[in-house]
Amino acid sequence: MNKSNPFKQFLGDLPKNIFSGFVVSLIALPLGLGLAIASEAPPIAGIIAAIAGGVVVSILGGSNLTITGPGNGLVIVILSAIVGMGEGDLYQGYLFTLAAIILSGLLLFIFGFFRLGALSEFFPSTALQGMLAAIGVGILAKQFHVMLGFTNVKGNTINQLILIPNSIKTLLANPSNELVLASGIGILSLCFLFLYARIRNSVFQLIPAPMWVVITSIGVIYYYDLVLKTPEVLGPSLMITLPEDLMASLPRPDFSKILSSDFIGHTLSITLVAVIESLLSIKAVDKLDPLKRRSNINKDLRALGIATGISGFLGGLNVVTVIARSSVNVNNGANNRSANFFHATFLVIFILLFAEQIQKIPLPALAAILVYTGYRLATPENLFRIYKIGKEQAIIFVTTLVATLLTSLTTGIILGILTTLLVHVILNKSGVLFSRNWLKPNVLMYLEEETGNYYVSVKNFCSFLNFFKLKAKLDEIPPSEHAIIDFSLCEFVDHTVMEGLNDYSRSFSRQGGFFEIIGLDVHEAKTEHPFAIRKSLPDSSLLNFEISLTKRQKLLQKLSTILNWEYLPDPVSNYADLEKFFYFKTKWVNYRYNNLESKNKDFLLFDLSYSEGAFIAKEDLKSTFLQIKVPKKIPVFTLDKENFMTTILQLSGLQDIDFKKHPDFSKRFYLSGENIKSIRSFFTDKLIFFFESHPPYYLESNGETILIRSKERLASIQEIKQMLAFAEELLKILEKK
Amino acid sequence: MSTIAFKKIMVGFAFSPNLKANIYEALRMADYFRGELVFVHVGIKTPEKDSLFNQIVASSPIQSQKISVHWRVGDPIKTLIQASKDFCVDLILLGALKRENVLKFYLGSIARKITRKAKCSVLLLIKPSVERQPCQHIVVNGFDSPQTKLTIEAAFMVANALGAKKISLVEEISRSKVAVAVDDDRSLRRATLRKEKLRRQEQTRVKDVVQKLPTVLTADINWTTQSIFGKRGYSIGHFAKVVRADLLVMNAQENLSFIDRFVTRDIEHILAELPTDVLIINLKGNE
Repeated sequence: MNKSNPFKQFLGDLPKNIFSGFVVSLIALPLGLGLAIASEAPPIAGIIAAIAGGVVVSILGGSNLTITGPGNGLVIVILSAIVGMGEGDLYQGYLFTLAAIILSGLLLFIFGFFRLGALSEFFPSTALQGMLAAIGVGILAKQFHVMLGFTNVKGNTINQLILIPNSIKTLLANPSNELVLASGIGILSLCFLFLYARIRNSVFQLIPAPMWVVITSIGVIYYYDLVLKTPEVLGPSLMITLPEDLMASLPRPDFSKILSSDFIGHTLSITLVAVIESLLSIKAVDKLDPLKRRSNINKDLRALGIATGISGFLGGLNVVTVIARSSVNVNNGANNRSANFFHATFLVIFILLFAEQIQKIPLPALAAILVYTGYRLATPENLFRIYKIGKEQAIIFVTTLVATLLTSLTTGIILGILTTLLVHVILNKSGVLFSRNWLKPNVLMYLEEETGNYYVSVKNFCSFLNFFKLKAKLDEIPPSEHAIIDFSLCEFVDHTVMEGLNDYSRSFSRQGGFFEIIGLDVHEAKTEHPFAIRKSLPDSSLLNFEISLTKRQKLLQKLSTILNWEYLPDPVSNYADLEKFFYFKTKWVNYRYNNLESKNKDFLLFDLSYSEGAFIAKEDLKSTFLQIKVPKKIPVFTLDKENFMTTILQLSGLQDIDFKKHPDFSKRFYLSGENIKSIRSFFTDKLIFFFESHPPYYLESNGETILIRSKERLASIQEIKQMLAFAEELLKILEKK
Repeated sequence: MSTIAFKKIMVGFAFSPNLKANIYEALRMADYFRGELVFVHVGIKTPEKDSLFNQIVASSPIQSQKISVHWRVGDPIKTLIQASKDFCVDLILLGALKRENVLKFYLGSIARKITRKAKCSVLLLIKPSVERQPCQHIVVNGFDSPQTKLTIEAAFMVANALGAKKISLVEEISRSKVAVAVDDDRSLRRATLRKEKLRRQEQTRVKDVVQKLPTVLTADINWTTQSIFGKRGYSIGHFAKVVRADLLVMNAQENLSFIDRFVTRDIEHILAELPTDVLIINLKGNE
């Protein structure tokens, strides 16, 4: 990238972004019209939202590749606002809703202003998925009728779902010409949309599927119009109508209901969904960004708020960040925010130049696009995927889905949160863990001054309730660094967190950093899925140990295949020789797990669970050890950094052995053993230099084997590799002796 | 040597299962600090209790010449605080307990209340033991406060007395000091640079404090610094747990205003969780 002249760079990138903006506008046009119709707003409202969003957010926003406009998720809430507040008069309802939209824009701005973007982490990810699925079902249920040519099926989502067979029956029993044409266009469009992804032709794929549907159906209508000379083959209720003069017909938002609880409720749920949909999309788009930039979420929220306010005043819908259009944008080579601006520009051109053609779009074609969108939101695959993560996740998903369908969106998501909480309490068999520690800080992050790694330790529990605290710390770590997340003090980690951490792990590896999660190996997981809930194991269930491998364990496994060593993740209680070491004199070894052994049995790497003290003073510890067999007998000694162990050893009458020739070594290391003379001759200059030039490990020899430990915690894969390299070099030196 | 010394140590004791451990620990501490011991029990003196107490004291392998025992009646906290003033003690030793157990938690809460009101240093032992558990690693706060210098000095004094070889000086730096909110790549870079600068400043400040201490105190001790950006008073406790420190040395709360009762801050986080033995340094009484 040419940093010295960003403007030149920008100009150079302009053609790419104009092209991408054009392609996006092709999909934004049908979606904008369709989403507005689905919300019972005038079709132009969706286009206004896209234009306002494209212009404002591209100038004021904080993200790079996102496209903004009317969102899928909002269809249901705006629909219920228009129908609910209109009380029969849809246009009046629309005017009230515009006021609610303007207000929600203000709220969105405030959200961004007070940097409350992080609050969206408070929603459990499965409950959110359930909510999105419910929105999908809602869109599908309503639009299925329109797709078949029936525009006046009323009622809530459940009713409309039940009436679908009825509509099909009516169609088959009474096939008027108009209905056959309408349903034909609708059904063929739907089939095309499902098949589109299968067609692998780059020229054909250049135009997005919805645009193909729109163009073809306009063609069909023109064919009837001009060739068969049957104008108005489809009734006006099945066609799009745009206002004659856009400027003159601006609607006036009606603020007269502003204090009614009805209005406030609708405003809040519109805002809620707008925030959730935008943030989910921004996060998802950041993962697609080839330049790996990080979006400024709060700045984007502020821009979306302003855009929504403007859109509302002009009669448009809410402006949110939309994932489908954004991903089209990325795929077509956009690399900065101007693409969003050009998408808006092309929409203006379309509306001004092709108003007549747009009015030839039959509604069943748009409805087919919406049915497809709804299906993609509510696809049964989602449920299967979630079921694989865990049965309890499926329960949360279904509860939220059903609750949202039966009541309202806000009630649904609240019930989803409560269900998640209940599931967590049941899994832990008590809520004390959560109630006692919820509001307390639980995350420690610091830059380890010895290694330069970022170390993050999480205490008590980590779930959607307090994930934002962990996230705040993780966000402060540059993704090009090495981060170690330690869950060994944490008893419970939920799916939302596991999924969130996976995102971090991806963004770290994308930017050349390391993101390692340690201390989860003895947490129990119900399924093999990497995002499954993990709960600290009670001691008793260790016998029927059946856990799925954690990421670290998988990495260990990989390491074992590279080295051609044996890897055994299960705990073993064969540790008799360990107790011979001085180190375990005052400790209690529980079990060894994650054993990694070389073929000739010279190297044995393992994690060890051991404890110190007893009863109330009991401290449970887990550390990684490496045990190596030495070629010939060496003196018994202990080598440590000048710290922890030294006092114990001094108490037992052993003294630090210092070397006058090597003041640095003597200062940094504590060396002790019974046979001082043989130890002194064993520690040659070469060996001392070796220890001086490597990271200080705890090292203990019992004559035949050497025990090596890095830190009093589990070592990350990187640290393990360092340890192995250290041991190999050490062995080489010992062999030469 | 140091200007700080714990010459007179008061021990509040109760007839709990931990009595023996507490007495043994107290005798050991008095031995380390070469101090005088004042045992105070809040409750009525009965011959049985008295003989039990004397029996335990007599059974200890470490004995102290200067022991006095006082029996007082009244509200435990007020009485102990009053006694600490009456006897002009330098250190109150309390066997606090970890919070898992409800009954123990109650005892712990007494210890916490005393900590808040005492005018002298307080040592809370979360795991008093009959056998000696060596103290190897001390974590001490190094945040920017006028009291910190004395606290660090005290930590080195204690390390020498107890034979601990390692001291970690932890500078907790409030996140508000970074003053850059991380939103995107640019602000992250700025925040990282700013933190690096703050870290260096803080380290220089803390190292300076240590280097000004008499070498007798620092010579035998391997000391390191660690900066942590995080909630003050919380991070250091969590850190002490992660590095498995044996003793945490903290400044006393500077001023406990009315609001502090409701807002958990600074030392309160540590008192609520007691990650390890905690020594709270308060030297106002001496000045």
